[in-house]
Amino acid sequence: MQATFLLIVLLALSAVGYYLGHHRSLAVSGGRISHLHSLPTYYGFYTVLWCGIPALVLFALWMALQGTLITHLVISGLPADIQALPSTELHLFLNNIQNMVSGNIVSGDITETMNNAAAHYKSLHSISGLLLTVLMLVLAIGGILWARKNIVPERRARNIVEKTVTVMLVLCSTVAIFTTLGIILSVLFESIRFFQQVPITDFIFGVNWSPQTAMREDQVGSSGAFGAIPLFVGTMLISMIAMTVAVPIGLMAAIYLSEYASSTVRAIAKPLLEILAGIPTVVYGFFAALTVAPFIRDLGDSVGLQVASESALAAGLVMGIMIIPFVSSLSDDVINAVPQSLRDGAYGLGATRSETIRQVIIPAALPGIVGGVLLAVSRAIGETMIVVMAAGLASNLTMNPLEAVTTVTVQIVTLLTGDQEFDSAKTLAAFALGLMLFTVTLVLNIIALSFVRKYREQYE
Amino acid sequence: MNDTTQKRNTMEIVKANLAKRYAREQRFRAYGIAAISLGMMFLLMLFISIIGNGYGAFMQTYVKLDIEFTADRIDPEGTRTEDALSAGNYGGLVKDSLKRMFPNVKKRTPKKQLYGLASSGAAYQLRKMVMDNPDLIGTTQSIWVTADDDVDMLVKGHIDRTLPEADRRMNDSQISWIERLEKEGRIEKRFNITFFTAGDSREPELAGIWGAAVGSIYTLLVTLALSFPIGVATAVYLEEFAPCNKWTDIIEVNINNLAAVPSIVFGLLGLAVFINFFGLPRSAPVVGGLVLTLMTLPTIIIASRAALKSVPPSIREAALGVGASKMQTITHHVLPLAMPGMLTGTIIGMAQALGETAPLLMIGMVAFIVDIPGGAFDPSTVLPVQIYLWADSPERAFVEKTSAAIMVLLGFLIMMNAIAVILRKRFERRW
Repeated sequence: MQATFLLIVLLALSAVGYYLGHHRSLAVSGGRISHLHSLPTYYGFYTVLWCGIPALVLFALWMALQGTLITHLVISGLPADIQALPSTELHLFLNNIQNMVSGNIVSGDITETMNNAAAHYKSLHSISGLLLTVLMLVLAIGGILWARKNIVPERRARNIVEKTVTVMLVLCSTVAIFTTLGIILSVLFESIRFFQQVPITDFIFGVNWSPQTAMREDQVGSSGAFGAIPLFVGTMLISMIAMTVAVPIGLMAAIYLSEYASSTVRAIAKPLLEILAGIPTVVYGFFAALTVAPFIRDLGDSVGLQVASESALAAGLVMGIMIIPFVSSLSDDVINAVPQSLRDGAYGLGATRSETIRQVIIPAALPGIVGGVLLAVSRAIGETMIVVMAAGLASNLTMNPLEAVTTVTVQIVTLLTGDQEFDSAKTLAAFALGLMLFTVTLVLNIIALSFVRKYREQYE
Repeated sequence: MNDTTQKRNTMEIVKANLAKRYAREQRFRAYGIAAISLGMMFLLMLFISIIGNGYGAFMQTYVKLDIEFTADRIDPEGTRTEDALSAGNYGGLVKDSLKRMFPNVKKRTPKKQLYGLASSGAAYQLRKMVMDNPDLIGTTQSIWVTADDDVDMLVKGHIDRTLPEADRRMNDSQISWIERLEKEGRIEKRFNITFFTAGDSREPELAGIWGAAVGSIYTLLVTLALSFPIGVATAVYLEEFAPCNKWTDIIEVNINNLAAVPSIVFGLLGLAVFINFFGLPRSAPVVGGLVLTLMTLPTIIIASRAALKSVPPSIREAALGVGASKMQTITHHVLPLAMPGMLTGTIIGMAQALGETAPLLMIGMVAFIVDIPGGAFDPSTVLPVQIYLWADSPERAFVEKTSAAIMVLLGFLIMMNAIAVILRKRFERRW
């Protein structure tokens, strides 16, 4: 909570800085504001910048590096025999020390070295906290004093403040780039480490998926097969079911709403449909597992069909429901963008409304609709919670919608939740799957967006 | 002559087909109505299923027990110090009371089942009472304690009493005890305060959503504090300052793509970068907030840009014309006018973040956490993850809790969206 406290203190100091800067500018103006280059508020903000920015930069750097640095120091302070331990055991040891410091339960016996190390850790932590507080206060107050000294009527405070703000705006706009970069790098690096252990061809073309790697030589049933084909097929199966539900319903709903419905019906039905898009996916997952899957199983039983209780059909059906508003609102947009003149032309030739829609409007809007459907497919592929809760866990290479299949996202979640070590092929496999998921959805999105963009340009 | 027959023929062909074409028209229209009705029906089914399953969780069954606060059980040495009182055998008091009510129960297993009628939380309740008022020792009081979840389910009618004994979760003797208690007026359903004030628990009757709700609040606060300023700043830069060049193009394409990246990929990013690289604590709302910030940024940026675009250029020109700098024009005139639109976008982004589960699973917010988190660095969970955890629990009573938690979550989401709609309606301006 020291961090929050420090930030609040910094905020308070900034307020003081604003007041001081404002005050100072009035003082140096000799009572005539027109002598100043900028308005007094700008001198206030000028002081705030000097007070806040250096201290904040220091704070961010400190927070980012503190953990690694302290761990490093603690390790180098340990006796040589413990330092020589393999990295996993060393990691465990450090974890125990951290648990001791935060007062949690420690696994194993507490030894003398551990106690010492914990004390070392604690003292380093408090020293670091103290140092940060002192340095931040010095920087903030020093900044205020420096700025105050620099306030003279000729100081072009407005230009400085505006320039700084512009730089900040540019920095903010690069966050999106850094996010993409971060995703690519984090997924790529771990995937490369995975492919060093498992050949990439085995991963992409293998038909066996059983990610338990053997810890002992003679272990049974943990072959550690990483063939992702069953996952891809399962993902495709569920997405296909979802799209067969969502595309007809979504498209027809969009057509009805934009071409037939009166404005009152539209005003009521459209937001109601869009509620479906606002419901959290975990709710859909619960709905699928609790209501839809048993219903389908009982229905299958009553006609003599064997349906798995985690059938692909249930997950796909519910996912389809989730995607309906996605398809309908995107199609609605493109259908509305078709120029009225095309409709009028068709009506003038004596076509009925449905003929106009089917033979003029849909062909004209087709690129946009295809783009929307592709976006919906990418959403279906990446959807996680519904399949985690309603689809199976074991891999199963089948196209039968009544059986349980597993998907890429389900496997990512099961591989990465629970206990994990960071070097095993099992955890790294999750990142390789993530890379596949990211690449496929990215390609789909780029194609879809270019479709939509081309379509827009055509009629605008 | 020839010409008129030709014309008649055409008209005849058209007329002959007309009925068919009109029928097709009607059918097409019916498909549209069917599609919309299907959508509505799904929505209705979803709500009915959730509410039907969940409304019961707002009530909880209580059992009235005559508790004899014997000094032997609580504080045999008679020191009455706080430590001694807190170490007392309060579970024993509950057992004594049940034993007195049903003296014929002798064997081990039935005894265990009998003691199981009251929740394990009853002992804590008694301890708190005694710690607050040590004078209770030696007296006998009638106290309402929380009933076990199975009792709760039976009283609410979720366990069918007519089923054969082997298929039921409760055997005949257990049911006969409960029926006797019911007859004596010792069983009552009350509003379930625990559900709104407690953290998670393995016992359904003691589990509550407050811990998860507080985790959600911290997570959303971090998200809001980061994503709103960054999103607005990005939108302002792209809309007002950015030159038309390759770099700007890359940023724009990037933002549009990020909006469609699956949320679980953001979880992978959070795990690899924030937790493994920067060493931030696992399961902490601050990491969740960071991940959700990156996820909601595209939504906020796109909405903010639309809001900025809708401010007419004449306003900018007027401000520039009277000598304002570009920055002054934007901060004094454009931003205030675009603010309602930006806020609407932000609220919608926050609603998205509140309902998001998958990326938070990746960064370890699925841990079983009983304590109410005290800050953004404490381990915690969030509402949707709590729903996921409860949905996985086998106890029948957790189905009810899960649905009730979903109702609370949906309530929050509806509230946020309603605020967004009102904001839009109230401040929407057509220039």
